[in-house]
Amino acid sequence: MLEHLPALQVVLPLVAAPLIVLARSARFAWLATTAVSYACLVIAALLASRVASGGAFSYALGSWEPPWGIEYRVDALSAFVLVAVSLTASFVAPYARRSIAAELDPDRQYLMYAMYCLCLAGLLGITITGDAFNLFVFLEISSLASYVLIALGRRRQALFAAYQYMLMGTVGATFYVIGVGLLYLVTGTLNLADLAERLRGVEDLRPVLAALAFITVGIGLKLALFPLHQWLPNAYAYAPSMATAFLAATATKVSVYVLLRFYFTVFDPAALFERLPTRETFLVLSVAAMILASLVAVYEADVKRLFAWSSVGQIGYITLGIGLENHSGLTGSIAHLLNHGVTKGAIFLLLGGVALRSGALCITVDSLAGLGRRMPLTAFGLVIAGLSLIGVPGTAGFVTKWYLILGAIERGAWWVVAAILLSSLIAVAYVWRLVEAAYLRDGKGATARLEAPVGMLAAGLAMAGLCVYFGFFTSINVEGASEAASFLLRRRQ
Amino acid sequence: MSAIAAHFSYWVTLFLMIAGLYILIARGNLMKKLIGLAVFQTSVYLLYIAPGKLVGGTAPIVAAGFATYSNPLPHVLILTAIVVGVATLALGLAITVRIREAYGSIEEDEILERDRADER
Repeated sequence: MLEHLPALQVVLPLVAAPLIVLARSARFAWLATTAVSYACLVIAALLASRVASGGAFSYALGSWEPPWGIEYRVDALSAFVLVAVSLTASFVAPYARRSIAAELDPDRQYLMYAMYCLCLAGLLGITITGDAFNLFVFLEISSLASYVLIALGRRRQALFAAYQYMLMGTVGATFYVIGVGLLYLVTGTLNLADLAERLRGVEDLRPVLAALAFITVGIGLKLALFPLHQWLPNAYAYAPSMATAFLAATATKVSVYVLLRFYFTVFDPAALFERLPTRETFLVLSVAAMILASLVAVYEADVKRLFAWSSVGQIGYITLGIGLENHSGLTGSIAHLLNHGVTKGAIFLLLGGVALRSGALCITVDSLAGLGRRMPLTAFGLVIAGLSLIGVPGTAGFVTKWYLILGAIERGAWWVVAAILLSSLIAVAYVWRLVEAAYLRDGKGATARLEAPVGMLAAGLAMAGLCVYFGFFTSINVEGASEAASFLLRRRQ
Repeated sequence: MSAIAAHFSYWVTLFLMIAGLYILIARGNLMKKLIGLAVFQTSVYLLYIAPGKLVGGTAPIVAAGFATYSNPLPHVLILTAIVVGVATLALGLAITVRIREAYGSIEEDEILERDRADER
């Protein structure tokens, strides 16, 4: 049983989805989703502890030995991302019951759970697989499910946002598959470890360089790398609350993982970083995202869209580590996969509660006036997560920025240090707008105290609590990320 | 000329790839965009399948008298990719139908115009 855990990690949510569709009951759907999400977290934790004690291991799917069969590979990096994704899932699933009941017609609710399970299966599959084509299939499973999740939003704009995301996402995935096709033509293999072996010495061949370009742009679209981020603000703003929280915390992060995997373990990082302008490209694009996207957030009236723009900026922090390409920088990046996941997850979960109680289709900054009195716990949670977004010491966001700044100093890139500080100041500006509205302005209309339903509030506050926990106790986020960074850089020593 | 003839399948693939991507970007009609997307995805099927075929190669079954075999793996991969493409297209068409119901139009500029009118 235990040796089949890598397969179960993906198979459990994958099997849950059709069962939910067959049962057609929202209650069963919620129970199954929650059970699967917790099971995934337990499995991910078991896999991570096995990696921590015994090093990376692989699982031959259907007993077909790699490189012929599909290999599932768990190493320091994929174990970290598995834990991050399933941790988010275990907070979103219990939250989903009230949130989905409030936002969707009763006859559609079970479908939302089914799509969520498929999306989870896809994301976990991308992370665990060691096969480039299998990765594409999981990428499309998770993407197709996430288009549906977004299209289920209450406003009609959700449909068009989902359509645009679908076009961009499919182009991205197709670019990725073109890149993989070119690599297959050169090497004759699809197994990632085998690819790395066979690409040694042919890094400068034209098809390999073309493959690198296609994979970078394709995955760049998926992870909303500036300036390929246009699909993200609308998709996040109009999706149902639970879908926004889940996708914001996981989907783009898993795509970053794919990029890291290809850059540091498949292609030869020495050729990539020394003969191509990879470092400069990523530094410039990341800094542009950190500053420009954050500036847009300052002027945004719709709160969900404000935080969606902030996500584009925060993705800049994550890709910054690729540009810095040293141990501290990558540790910061990988830790931010988890840190930003819990921060944005907490914010969108709590905003879902605000939307539920206000009944409005769109939460504007002005409608948050008096929130500190009406929903004190929710407002408090939002402030904690907001502080983590800024990077105040004692929160998860600070830990990330600390390592990124260390990395930038080691690289001698002082302008990057300045950009990180400037971008933090801009974050202060947009988070302050919420604080000012929630605490310093009196709301019109009802001022009676009415918190979000307990299940939703608890999930949101628990995630906000994690922002503080990861700020003080860094044994999971930083040590895990540091292990993963050493694993990625082992070919650079 | 000989370069074009020798790599005939690649030229066709490239043409379809660029044509599909162009339709997807340049057209404002949501149906036409989906057609562009489908053409673009189809070009990738060719990219995989064409190099798998060897001139004179047979199906990869060991038998007396045959020494050259075509590579069967690209076909299997593309079978999967076709399924993915069909699912994407089906979802795209379904969303287009819902957009038509919600907006009464499938022209990108008209939809954006109505969204702007909503916000005012």
